[in-house]
Amino acid sequence: MTTIDNGVNVQALLDARGVLESAPEAAQFTWRASSKWQNGVHSTTSIQNYFGLGEEQSHKTERVFDADHPETFAAPDGGITPIEYLLVGLASCLTAGVASVAQNRGIQLRSVESTVEGHHDVRGILGADSDVRNGFNDVKVTFAIDADASKQDIEALVAQSQKRSAVFDALANPTEVTVEVA
Amino acid sequence: MLERGEVANSWRRERWDSLRLLTPNWQSRLPGVRYEGPDPDGYMTSGEVVELIDRFAARTRARILTGTNVTSIGRVDDGYHVTTSRGEIRSRAVVLASGACNLPTVPGFVHTVPPNVEQLTPFDYRDPAQLPDGGVLVVGASATGVQLAAEVRRSGRPVTLSVGEHVRLPRTYRGRDVLWWMDASGVWDQGLDEIDDLTRARRLPSPQLVGTPERATLNLGALAAIGVELVGRWSAVREGRALFSGGLHNVCALADLKQERLLDVFDEWARTEGLDADLDAPERYAPTQVPRSPRLQLDLRSSEFRTIIWATGFRPDYRWLDVPVVDAKGQLRHDGGVVVESPGLYALGLPVLRRRKSTFICGIEDDAREVIDHLRGFLAGDPRVCIRPSTAWP
Repeated sequence: MTTIDNGVNVQALLDARGVLESAPEAAQFTWRASSKWQNGVHSTTSIQNYFGLGEEQSHKTERVFDADHPETFAAPDGGITPIEYLLVGLASCLTAGVASVAQNRGIQLRSVESTVEGHHDVRGILGADSDVRNGFNDVKVTFAIDADASKQDIEALVAQSQKRSAVFDALANPTEVTVEVA
Repeated sequence: MLERGEVANSWRRERWDSLRLLTPNWQSRLPGVRYEGPDPDGYMTSGEVVELIDRFAARTRARILTGTNVTSIGRVDDGYHVTTSRGEIRSRAVVLASGACNLPTVPGFVHTVPPNVEQLTPFDYRDPAQLPDGGVLVVGASATGVQLAAEVRRSGRPVTLSVGEHVRLPRTYRGRDVLWWMDASGVWDQGLDEIDDLTRARRLPSPQLVGTPERATLNLGALAAIGVELVGRWSAVREGRALFSGGLHNVCALADLKQERLLDVFDEWARTEGLDADLDAPERYAPTQVPRSPRLQLDLRSSEFRTIIWATGFRPDYRWLDVPVVDAKGQLRHDGGVVVESPGLYALGLPVLRRRKSTFICGIEDDAREVIDHLRGFLAGDPRVCIRPSTAWP
């Protein structure tokens, strides 16, 4: 039997699942981002620390993300738009899921590419029509996967990846969001 | 045997009027008792199931104390102390055969549903005539949910069905009942060590099946064809509005893929057994047609919906069991029906107790024989019974 390697340490994830089944309190994570207004609609958001496994944790380095709006919105385009960050989150989450599920199912991946389209009626955010919502009307993801597996198995990978995706769930299901002034 | 009501009590009192078994008549057998009528491929009504179980009760000549409700079971030194509505019993061993469907399960947010909408569970539902006129929201797409959605829709009411993860199956495949395939191909006989994810298998919703004289398939496509609106899994209520998941497409894709994989298993088995000539040609079904833009929210305060039917599953009731063997989710901790933590305590009739068919009428026989073998060994002081049963048993 040839060993397949998609670079995912599935054993560590399965071990973690086993441990967290009986220790749900350790499974409570808090992800954090700190944002700062620069100028105009440009902001920078940095991410380094989070909480999980019962204690403060830290990424290896702080990472900073610029968000701005493009020239079609009369802005200098100093970064991608905030709603595009949702596409980044969704694509990367589903892709990570595909790799993990493939590893777990013994499927060697050669390439995984996807395009994500969020259809957005901007009359909502501009206040041009109060019946139009602010967010996406819908989101479409298309995967192209080259792997040692049947079409059916590849479809099952993508379906399972959605089933276990944090970002898919956060986008597809309502989440309580509270915004306060400190 | 202690029975809170009459023999086959839940079949007499906890089923809606039109319910028929999912298993065909020829398959509805108990040791020494089988269907002998003119329609082996049909499906029994609740009344016919009651007759079958009555016949079995008479045949076994077991001593049955009817009208005897167990109010508590506690451990004592040499076994169990059972308190019933008709007195106390001491017993060295107890078999819990009270089933997995004693109480309907509903989501935590039911109390936030506006009061203008009437809420029913399958235990309250008898037939569409009892419902107020107007729209009905059926929640859940297992056998119960799809059957009630179809029946209520046919009564002329608008029906919306909220669909989470579900199990799609054709009623017949290659000319045979799909449950013939489950049985004959050995899928139903798969035991605990052949099932990958036992927790998942035990929580699987009942398949989208209905027993009708036409042997019709009742999946989401069939419901859409009679005008049932499909929406995603119900996630929350906010300001009087029901919010549904945008993940409907994926739960349908998962069910389509799993159905296809199961049919592959059937075809492969039929080919290996050389049965292809006796069967119709293999077939594959079109993927579920998911509405392009399913509604993501519904206003429950408008007059669109008058009734919600929660077909969101059932759970066992162990409130009378004063032995600490129930987990945080309310499920009995057991190994193949043997409650290892409390010697002398056994269970029968729970989902995938020892094999996939454990909760079907024809599935109880093998489970019962093995569990009772263990029980007999326990009473005889057999040292083998101290070993983990599913691994040490012959």
